[in-house]
Amino acid sequence: MNDSLNNNLSKHLDVFKEIGNIGAGHAASALAGLLDRRITMSVPIASVVPFNEIVNVLDGPETLVAGVLIDVSGDLNGFILLLLSMKDAMAMVSQALCQPERDTEDSEFVLTDLEQDTLVEIANILVGSFLSAITTFSGLSAIPSVPQLAVDMLGAIISIATIQYGTIGESVLFLNTRFNDLAGDINGHFFLIPDYNSYKMLLEALGLEG
Amino acid sequence: MATVLVGMADLKAARNPDIITTLGLGSCVGITLYDKARKIGGMAHCMLPTYKGFEGQKIDKFVDSAVIELIKQLERMGVPRNALVAKIAGGAHMFTAISQNNDLLKIGERNTAAGIAILRQLSIPLIANDTGGKHGRTIELDTASGALKIKTVGLGEKII
Repeated sequence: MNDSLNNNLSKHLDVFKEIGNIGAGHAASALAGLLDRRITMSVPIASVVPFNEIVNVLDGPETLVAGVLIDVSGDLNGFILLLLSMKDAMAMVSQALCQPERDTEDSEFVLTDLEQDTLVEIANILVGSFLSAITTFSGLSAIPSVPQLAVDMLGAIISIATIQYGTIGESVLFLNTRFNDLAGDINGHFFLIPDYNSYKMLLEALGLEG
Repeated sequence: MATVLVGMADLKAARNPDIITTLGLGSCVGITLYDKARKIGGMAHCMLPTYKGFEGQKIDKFVDSAVIELIKQLERMGVPRNALVAKIAGGAHMFTAISQNNDLLKIGERNTAAGIAILRQLSIPLIANDTGGKHGRTIELDTASGALKIKTVGLGEKII
């Protein structure tokens, strides 16, 4: 089952790219509504990345990042992890709060409580709309939990995704979407972390074998 | 002096004066084995507690099978098993608020417990540990002294 999962992930990469595209499209409209500005979005890059390389695809394991984890239950079970660099997290938060961006490179930099709550709320809206797109076209239910934020080393935060995939193979499914507004690019990394049954169910609902 | 980097689901052994390091441990655990007399050490970065039930997968990924493999590598470098002492770091619970009952999220504790269990089973003394909490850790084993440096974000550095 293990090898077949990795093969399956690769074989159905276009499907996940499309899931990502629809999901992130909804998320971008929701974000545009929240930030009250035009947001465009790149077609997501979907890839299957070995554990050892995943941290290098991003910025290295010790980079400080903001990760928001949402537990998903219903027909589909698992997690969604939204990862943002501190700079991108700050950019989103300051736009939502209409405040100037602070320097995230400053060694004293920490997110205030208000900024953390705002980031959680943004993630809530992004992931909620992402999920609603998936449930609409698959006909499967997926109910998100209240999100939780952690700001720490990339390697530590991403281990939630690698460990879940670790029970079934050697790689992780990774969706990278770039949101773009007039002020510049914001990179959002989505990790879909379904459990094995949900993964099969999702493919079956789309008319593909699991 | 070289720095030997241990990736996720990976293990390496090295001798004085090298430093062995792994970056950004979350719920994964870093287990180090060290022989003070020969100044040779090894480190494993494991994601899941036990190999049983996952036969055929990469052994470096699991705490128990990785420790056994690391000992084999150290033995090939001339280290007798009874010269080794162990330290464990990591095994954090990064997202504490979400589903306390979720086994996956409590994997950090289970990884630590698996490390303690396999070391006991192999009669290797566990002389220090820095596990749990909800923060990431970068660890560095100095093969000259056996000191294990632990770096965190916002919680400073310490040596165990």
